[in-house]
Amino acid sequence: MLQKRVIVCLDVRDGKTTKGIKFKGNVDIGDPVEMARTYYEQGVDELVFYDITASAERRKIMIEVVARVAEQIYIPFAVGGGISSPQHMREVLLAGAEKVSVNSSAVRNPDIISEGAALYGRQFVVLGMDVLRDAAMASGYRVVVDGGRTHTELDALSWALEAERLGAGEIVLNSIDADGTRDGYELTVTRMISEAVNIPVVASGGAGRPEHLAEVFEEGKADAALIASMVHYGDYTVEEIKRFLDSRGVPVRLDPLPH
Amino acid sequence: MRLGVVNYEAGNLRSVETALKAVGAEFFVSDKPEELLGSDRLVFPGVGDAKAAMDVLERSGLADAVRSFFESGRRILGICVGSQIVLDASEENDARCLGLVPGTALRFPARKGLKVPHMGWNQVEDVEGHPLFDGIDSGTSFYFVHSYYPDPDYEEHRLGATEYGIRFAAGVCRENLTAVQFHPEKSGQAGLRLLSNFMSMAD
Repeated sequence: MLQKRVIVCLDVRDGKTTKGIKFKGNVDIGDPVEMARTYYEQGVDELVFYDITASAERRKIMIEVVARVAEQIYIPFAVGGGISSPQHMREVLLAGAEKVSVNSSAVRNPDIISEGAALYGRQFVVLGMDVLRDAAMASGYRVVVDGGRTHTELDALSWALEAERLGAGEIVLNSIDADGTRDGYELTVTRMISEAVNIPVVASGGAGRPEHLAEVFEEGKADAALIASMVHYGDYTVEEIKRFLDSRGVPVRLDPLPH
Repeated sequence: MRLGVVNYEAGNLRSVETALKAVGAEFFVSDKPEELLGSDRLVFPGVGDAKAAMDVLERSGLADAVRSFFESGRRILGICVGSQIVLDASEENDARCLGLVPGTALRFPARKGLKVPHMGWNQVEDVEGHPLFDGIDSGTSFYFVHSYYPDPDYEEHRLGATEYGIRFAAGVCRENLTAVQFHPEKSGQAGLRLLSNFMSMAD
C-alpha cells in the first residue's frame, strides 16, 4: 500500500535554517545538513529546502548545502526558492536534489513548468502554491506570491489544474491563513485540490500537533503533509508523529531497520 | 569486485553514486561500452522516458553492451526505467526495448483517484528468500516514482509485488539479471542494504 508521506520543510537563509511565523521575524535555528541527518534518522519520508533569500550570490551557498545533504541522506528531497530558469533547475538537479519547487516564478512565467518537465521529467517539477481564503474567487481561494505579500488574479483551483496540464508532477499547497498558526491545516482547500487533480498534493501550513496530520490525510485527502516548527523546536520527533498516525490507521512507513 | 555504472544521459546519477559510496562499493561510471564490458557487475539505472533512453542506448552501442554483458552471465542490477527497458517493449511512446526478459512495460490504468505517477513509499512484498532482499523484511517500503510498470510474461521473472490500483511486479529477474522498479538509492537504510546485497550475491 502507498504510504502517506511526512515531509519536513527547512527554510534556509545564508546556509542556515530558519522557521518563519507568517513569513515574518525569521530566526536562525540550525545547520540544515545536521538537521536533515537527524530527521533522516527519525524516519522522515522526504525533505524540502526553501531558499528564502535566493539572491544571486547566496544561491551558491544553497547549492553547496544541497550537495552536502545529498551525500548524507538517502531519501528524496526537493529544493525551492527563487528558481526561475532551466539552468537553475539543472544546478539543483546536479547537486543531488530529486525535485525542484517553483512558486512565484511559475505564476509569472508558467512555461517554466513545461520546460522543466520536458527537460528533467514531470516528477522533477513541483508546483508550490500559496493560497489565501477569498470569497471573491470562484473556488473561494486566491493564489498569492512573494510569500503572501502580492495578490494575483489566479484562482487556486484553476491554477492547480493548469499547472498539472503544463506538466507539474506534484503540488505543495500552502495555506497562508493557516501558516504559522499551529492550529491545523486548511482542510477545505486541500481536499478540493487533491480531489480535482491527478497528481499528488502535499498539504502545507498550520501543523502543530500529530492530530492535524491525521485530519489532513483523512479529511483533506492529502497524499503527503509538510511539517516544520512542530519538529524544529523539539516538541515532537518524526517517529512520534508517525507512530501516532499508525495508531490512527493512517498508512505510514515505520519499517524496522534491515537486520 | 568492480561495478560499472551505465551512464547514458537519461538522468542524474549522483544519488546512485552517493549511495554506492555509502555501502563501500568500488565502482566507476562510464558511457563507453568497452569500459563497461570490463567490469565485474553492472548497475543499470534509468530515469525518464523509455523511448528516449532506448534511442540513446542503441545509438551509443550501450544497448549491445548490456545485451553482451547479460549473455556473459555476469550480474546486472537494473533500477527504475532500467527494470522496464530490459523487457521486450514499453507502452511509453511504443518503445522497443532490450528484450532480455519477455514482457512489456504497461501504463497504470486511468482511474479516478489513482494518481499517476505512482510517487512515494510503497511496500514490496513476496520477496522472502531472495538474496537481493537478504535482511530486509517482506513488506518493507521503498521509494517509487513511475507511470509505467514492468509486466513480465512469465511468473518466474517477477520479483516481488507492490499494490497500487493493481498488483504489479516490483521488479524483474532472470538468471544473472535483477531489476527493481523502485529507487534503492533513495530508499533509506533498506535501499542501501539492497545495494550492498547486490554486491555480495553469489555469481
